[in-house]
Amino acid sequence: MTPHSSATEPLELPRTTITSSPHIAGRENVTSIMLWVVAALAPTALWAVYNMGWVAVLLLVSCIVSTLATEYIWNRVAHRAQTLWDGSALVTGLLLAMSLPPRTPWWMAAVGGIVAIALAKMIFGGLGWNLFNPALVGRAIITISWAGVMSEQVIPGGWFRGIDVLGTESLDAISGATRLALAASDRLVDGAYGFDMQAQYSPFLFRNLEGSLGEVSAALLVAGGLFLIFKGIIDWRVPASYIGTVALLSWALGSDPLFNVLAGGVLLGAFFMATDYVTSPMTATGRIIFGCGCGLINVVGRLFGPLPEATTWAILFMNGLVPLIDRFTIPRTFGWGKRRA
Amino acid sequence: MLKAGFRGGIHPSGHKQATSGVAITRGPVPASLIVPMSQHLGAPCLPVVEKGDHVVRGQVIGTVEAFVSAPIHAPMSGVIAAIRPQVLVSGQRVSAVEITCDEDPDLDVFVRCELADSTAGAARSAGIVGMGGAAFPASVKLTPPHDMPVHTVILNGCECEPYLTCDHRVMLETPLEVIDGARLIRDAVGASRVVVGVEDNKPDAVAALRAATADDVEILSLRTSYPQGAEKQLIFAVLGAEVSHGKLPASTGALVHNVGTAVALARAVRERRPLIERVVTVTGRVVRPGNYLTVIGTSIGELISFAGGFSGEVGRVISGGPMTGMGVSDLSAPVVKGTSGIVVLGPGEVAPAVHGDQPCIRCGRCSDACPMMLQPFVLGIYANKRMWDQTQDHHALDCIECGCCSYVCPTSRPLVQLIRLAKHAQLERGE
Ligand code: SF4
Ligand code: SF4
Repeated sequence: MTPHSSATEPLELPRTTITSSPHIAGRENVTSIMLWVVAALAPTALWAVYNMGWVAVLLLVSCIVSTLATEYIWNRVAHRAQTLWDGSALVTGLLLAMSLPPRTPWWMAAVGGIVAIALAKMIFGGLGWNLFNPALVGRAIITISWAGVMSEQVIPGGWFRGIDVLGTESLDAISGATRLALAASDRLVDGAYGFDMQAQYSPFLFRNLEGSLGEVSAALLVAGGLFLIFKGIIDWRVPASYIGTVALLSWALGSDPLFNVLAGGVLLGAFFMATDYVTSPMTATGRIIFGCGCGLINVVGRLFGPLPEATTWAILFMNGLVPLIDRFTIPRTFGWGKRRA
Repeated sequence: MLKAGFRGGIHPSGHKQATSGVAITRGPVPASLIVPMSQHLGAPCLPVVEKGDHVVRGQVIGTVEAFVSAPIHAPMSGVIAAIRPQVLVSGQRVSAVEITCDEDPDLDVFVRCELADSTAGAARSAGIVGMGGAAFPASVKLTPPHDMPVHTVILNGCECEPYLTCDHRVMLETPLEVIDGARLIRDAVGASRVVVGVEDNKPDAVAALRAATADDVEILSLRTSYPQGAEKQLIFAVLGAEVSHGKLPASTGALVHNVGTAVALARAVRERRPLIERVVTVTGRVVRPGNYLTVIGTSIGELISFAGGFSGEVGRVISGGPMTGMGVSDLSAPVVKGTSGIVVLGPGEVAPAVHGDQPCIRCGRCSDACPMMLQPFVLGIYANKRMWDQTQDHHALDCIECGCCSYVCPTSRPLVQLIRLAKHAQLERGE
């Protein structure tokens, strides 16, 4: 037995701040989460740039610069703490660009970016307080204000030829209705389709230049979405119930289920827009209800509505119902049930 | 086989490898001790010695008549140097006996406690309290009310707090005493079943316990998830029963004791050994992390010095585990009966301090993690606005303060801190 080991100098406690427990924290913070989302979207964005050319670059830049700048300036003017670095404005800008057709003039995209941040987010008090998905609000404003541009389809001409900086009609491209629009209008006319839907799977999956930037490859979008699910960043319930409803319902209505999942904004919406934390429900049940609602409105809007691209409206509508959904799906507190105790 | 567990919870990195393989060894032999008269929940003891008295190791130095209490024994032989107030790590200011220890102490001998005629009585005379951290007097829990019969005794060997390994080592090194304690508790309360719940990150402890028992004590390997060792979550994992709101855990017919408590109890009954030392895990940024058998009343600073001192920059010293333990502001504070560990975190390992009111981004992580199925973000928002009716409606009082919500929040909202505020405010209003 060693007697009296305390002959050594008493230990000094360095100056530390002390808070109550817990003393440790998990790895994710807002910035890391936002960067995961950017990483998940990056392959799709790069593939869009590769296939669509400079127009895609221009669109990405104008959306991202406009959202970042709006956030920065708003915080400065309103004397709020600077939130530029939380990455949420970056994600909004990226998502907005991905939801726009490459043909969209850069200034129009920038207006969308400004609206998304200023009117859909900051005015409500910034991140966390907005009811509607900012990127979708930005897109909706563009769609309403310049309806022609969004429905008219111009397939970009690729590198070097596709530069349309001023939004003039100089694109060396084919103009025409997309297959999605064709499918929808045909259905309205006589329920028969003018083309083979199954033949469209492959272009939709790997290389599709007809839709928005994000529609360039369904395969890459799904890969990005699954990545986020496995990283625990998004809840599988929203995309699963959204996509499941779209497939089931379009099948029940006599349309090709896979075509309807792959075409248009469904995948971008289901994995990246409807999963936005702030504007989707907090409860597990609520997320399933929300996803099903989005899918339902999306299919009905697509097959019976005036616009083939109903994703934006479906998600925005369901965004509006989130407080209600949250209210009615509060889980049973442990110890408050009928279970024996 | 699907392992038993509970809903919610988190999986922080365990950080246990530094000490889980280190056998329990004798800690420092201090020259002086500070022995608080209140190391338990319930009535504080009154000193029964005076300044200048010579006491011997194991002798009672503080006691009180109250039912909910536990006497205090002299952890080492020596002379009472003073009886004075001492601030504990918890911030409580209590009366404490300062002992100047004899030279050349023999730590193998101690005065046996008073002979008792029951296990509960032995627990009382040995001053045994819950050693998992709560420090509730064991004698009280061994005397269940007649209208609440206990059918299952559950020994808590989960040790779900990161960093801590003292229970792990106790199970591994003294499995026979764990099992003995388990049987003693079972028989004391008239239960028919006794289960030791161990998280499945400690397969060696499970094996050691299984080898030490006949079939009468079940060893249950549980899913590793924090807070598996919380009383309500453990009962749910073992019995599938929820403790109803506002009811005692015993209302489920289950009684939970920590494995360390069971060992202390076995020794109290077999050897009449008072609770005067315990195993403390000293880990994190110390030179020699380990599981040290520490005399109660040893200063935290001396214990850290014994482990070789700090090994790098210190962000925070924690008494207990990092999820529910308390930050140490004064290294002269003593180790008490409920001290399970001293964890030294580096600056980068401490949860970031919150600047201002961070927004809730509604990510849902806190509600997914909450083992009580609460909605911490809602409680946080209402508590921030001092809306106590709303916090009550959202069951703030059911919060077990496990800290999962604060741990996962990506904006570092001080959720459990806000909920504690709500609980206090609600209780003050008289609910
Ligand atoms: S609300 Fe309470 S019980 Fe739920 S995770 Fe937070 S601290 Fe734990
Ligand atoms: S974890 Fe934090 S940010 Fe996420 S919902 Fe809870 S309080 Fe809000």
